[in-house]
Amino acid sequence: MATLREIRRRITSIKNIEQVTDAMRVVAAARLRRAQENITATRPYAEKLNTILGHLISQMDVEEEALTHPLLEEREVKHVCIISVSGDRGLCGSFNSNVIRTTTERIQHYEETGADVTLICIGRRTQEHFDRRGYDITDSYINIFRQLEFQTAVDVVQEFEHLYVDKTIDKVEVIYNNFKSAILQTVLVEQLLPLEPIEPEGDTLFLDYIYEPGQVELFEMLLHKDLNMQMWKVLLDSNAAEQAARMAAMENATQKAKELIDELILQRNRARQTQITTEISEIVSGAAALEG
Amino acid sequence: MQSRSFHLEIRSPEKLIYEGDVTSVQAPGVEGNFQILYGHIPFLTALDVGEIRINEFSDTLRSMATSGGVFEVLRTGVTVLVETAEWASDIDVARAESALERAKEQLAEDSPDLNRPSAEAALARAQNRIKVASNQ
Repeated sequence: MATLREIRRRITSIKNIEQVTDAMRVVAAARLRRAQENITATRPYAEKLNTILGHLISQMDVEEEALTHPLLEEREVKHVCIISVSGDRGLCGSFNSNVIRTTTERIQHYEETGADVTLICIGRRTQEHFDRRGYDITDSYINIFRQLEFQTAVDVVQEFEHLYVDKTIDKVEVIYNNFKSAILQTVLVEQLLPLEPIEPEGDTLFLDYIYEPGQVELFEMLLHKDLNMQMWKVLLDSNAAEQAARMAAMENATQKAKELIDELILQRNRARQTQITTEISEIVSGAAALEG
Repeated sequence: MQSRSFHLEIRSPEKLIYEGDVTSVQAPGVEGNFQILYGHIPFLTALDVGEIRINEFSDTLRSMATSGGVFEVLRTGVTVLVETAEWASDIDVARAESALERAKEQLAEDSPDLNRPSAEAALARAQNRIKVASNQ
């Protein structure tokens, strides 16, 4: 049985831990709110972009022009690029380890089919994990979530887009935590390239545009912007999911700390009681000895 | 005579940058600068790195630096989707100048790792921001 002093010391240290985890929870909650606002702010832009793209395609001879675009071209998959999106820090439950596990599974899957895999790591956690194990990493982006900028998404897209157009890689996939809600995040594997063919927008209200430059050039530019947008959404989603995961993890930790403190207080009281009882019986027996 | 106004909306992926009634808007199209007035026919174009100038209904002129985007004119109004845009008054000239220096150095070094299109684009963006800020 621990001594009274030991128990008291443990209670103090666990109270400190509780304060830290609770502070981290509050910070994560604030960041989560901001991350959710960012997601909402992006929506109108994405919708508008899709509408314009749909309009344009409905005006084009899809068979002729759209399907021959290099970003839509499907090839036999020999070289795959996987973008693995994690966070930079830990203490967020299984957020990082889920991404790492899924990425490892995907790599195995492709290697079994005879394709080789190169990685683009976003976030320190995946970068360190795969670098240490000697995986082929084309590029990594670290510390981007603290101040998330659209330009980062553009940079990432530029990186893999030119590899795809060069035919150095035949397929691009992204693995990230999808933000479903504050309590639910799931790891998703999404294909970025080749792009899924886009359905024309069947909008009869649509008016004939003047185009500058031509339709095909505009189409290419819009596809590129759409890709940037998809990457941006992935980054925003992963960021929100990370904060939500951290918030949940820290809430659990705080809860556990509280339970532990309650239990230790019981133990402390019992130890104190024992000590007092011992002291009293010593005094009583001492007095009895004197009287005798 | 008061000129007629139309609705203009400028959005970036990060936020709504401008929404309001304007009498004219000038933008850097990939095939040269152009200006849109009330009643323009539907028009779709790509924007280059450059300056967007807005003439508000109250006759104030505002300008911003953009790194490119899509510009759509419909009967109902004008929508501009830009990847990045900054009001001229918000541009941090010192930061733009250091970005300019960095891009120049990278291009001068010409190391094999250099992503040339990306460095050239960064150079153009920095030059544009400095130019727009100095036109204030």
